[in-house]
Amino acid sequence: MSEKITKIILFIASFIIVIISAGMVLSLMSGAAPAFKEFGFKFIISTEWNPTEGKEQYGALQFIAGTIITSIIAIIICLPLAFSTSLFIGEYFRGTKLAKIIGTMVDMLAGIPSIVYGLWGFYVLRPLIVDLGFNAQGFGIITAGIILAIMIIPYATSISTEIIKMVSNELKEAAYSLGATQKDVIMAVVIPEARSGIFTSYILAFGRAIGETMAVTMLIGNTNIIPKSIFDTGNTMASVIANQFGEADGLKLSSLIAIGLILFVITGLINGLGKIMIKQFN
Amino acid sequence: MKDLIIKIENPVLDIKNLSISYNKGKYAVTNVNAGVKKNSVTAIMGPSGCGKSTLLRAINRMHELYPNIEVKGKIFLNNNDIFLMSSIEIRRKIGMVFQRPNPFPTMSIYDNVIAGYKLNGIRLKKNKKDEIVEKSLKDVVLWNEVKNSLKKKGTFLSGGQQQRLCIARALAFKPDVILLDEPTSALDPIATKKVEQLLIKLKENYTILLVTHNMSQAARMSDYSMFMYLGELVEYGKTKKLFINPVDKRTEEYLTGKFS
Ligand SMILES: Nc1ncnc2c1ncn2[C@@H]1O[C@H](COP(=O)(O)OP(=O)(O)O)[C@@H](O)[C@H]1O
Ligand SMILES: [Mg+2]
Repeated sequence: MSEKITKIILFIASFIIVIISAGMVLSLMSGAAPAFKEFGFKFIISTEWNPTEGKEQYGALQFIAGTIITSIIAIIICLPLAFSTSLFIGEYFRGTKLAKIIGTMVDMLAGIPSIVYGLWGFYVLRPLIVDLGFNAQGFGIITAGIILAIMIIPYATSISTEIIKMVSNELKEAAYSLGATQKDVIMAVVIPEARSGIFTSYILAFGRAIGETMAVTMLIGNTNIIPKSIFDTGNTMASVIANQFGEADGLKLSSLIAIGLILFVITGLINGLGKIMIKQFN
Repeated sequence: MKDLIIKIENPVLDIKNLSISYNKGKYAVTNVNAGVKKNSVTAIMGPSGCGKSTLLRAINRMHELYPNIEVKGKIFLNNNDIFLMSSIEIRRKIGMVFQRPNPFPTMSIYDNVIAGYKLNGIRLKKNKKDEIVEKSLKDVVLWNEVKNSLKKKGTFLSGGQQQRLCIARALAFKPDVILLDEPTSALDPIATKKVEQLLIKLKENYTILLVTHNMSQAARMSDYSMFMYLGELVEYGKTKKLFINPVDKRTEEYLTGKFS
């Protein structure tokens, strides 16, 4: 009897989640419909963003570009750092105090809210960018990219460390028993075994960078043109929504929702891909 | 005492006063003294947890992978103190085969056999590699089964074939001694039989030290047997003598199945 009740409760709970997600997609779609009706497929490939009444024209390409460029900068910076740190904690110094301390710090960093990174970026990173002479105010694609990198490094490190720790002890011992040194074991056993899992952790980190909003909005400069260099200001899909949603209505609101829908689909695809790859790894 | 531990003349391996503890003060192996006869199969028996693996893994210094382990005493390989050699050298001279077959899943059968050379960064000419691979696989009676699929991954093989591949991998360096830690415990009876026959054949060229908690396996294939209990080497002698006429009460109880 009680088992039946448990089953029913679980069923209802999962059903509610399905309803919520479906409802979200539907309302995003209906909200985005006017924009897509007006601009069609051009919405995705146009860089026009003109809210002047009567001449209203909206396109998402500059935001898609801003998102991809900032995320790529982030992942390029993240890759070597996360890779070495995860090898350090997960294998080289595994089980030592030092590794535990660094591992705990990484997990702590991964849990800090985005707004805190944004503040830090605003008061520390931005002036640094100015001092380096990259651009006058310190806002821009590069600033956003760096802050994204700092945000996703702990995330990528944390996942790849777990993956590296999962490499079977039996294989490592087999290599050691053949006279391999720790470096040999890392190069010939640990990395090849963990390769696809580590790669997946970067995909998940990339997905996170793409959707990251608060810190990016504070640092990217919020301009609606396609950036010509990484030192230009710009906007990502997430940051333009956060930046303009408050005062938007009509076609502009619909266009922002359409951007939200595109973001939803892209992050959904990337995370889905990551999850499938993680499963294959296991 | 004299009757309990046989004295081996000119041993390949000579273990002297060996004690091993994972945690300070708690010994997993206590004061073991034993020589191992060249070109023989020597079995190490005893109930689970009695220190068989710990003893075996000290012989090729695998214990050094555990940070807090403490080893007292000496081990000699052909009269050379293994603790004075480099661990790399010692592991080439003393090969190891594990409980569960563990070929490298990212490597082909061919690469698995010469993995020791690859891992150590030793470059060989193609024909030399081919020769080692063929010889090692023939030694483990696997050549005919895999000669047409050397480029395939080792993990496609059956469990028994994988274990023989792992033995081939250990043979590729032509070690003096091969250590095997319950190598058949994950295999079915037919695959087990093949591995046993193989080991008996291999003793012509190698010295084999085999951990098993399967008494009948020790009886079937070993020349000498050790019985360990609670970290202690209780009794060590010719297998026939030990099984028919054990001296220590604990050995007798173990062999008659009073505990396992
Ligand atoms: N890595 C380890 N850390 C701490 N204790 C261990 C470790 N490995 C084995 N031991 C302990 O050492 C003793 C002997 O274990 P082991 O050599 O594995 O026995 P056997 O191979 O005969 O089953 C056991 O009491 C076991 O709990
Ligand atoms: Mg064991």
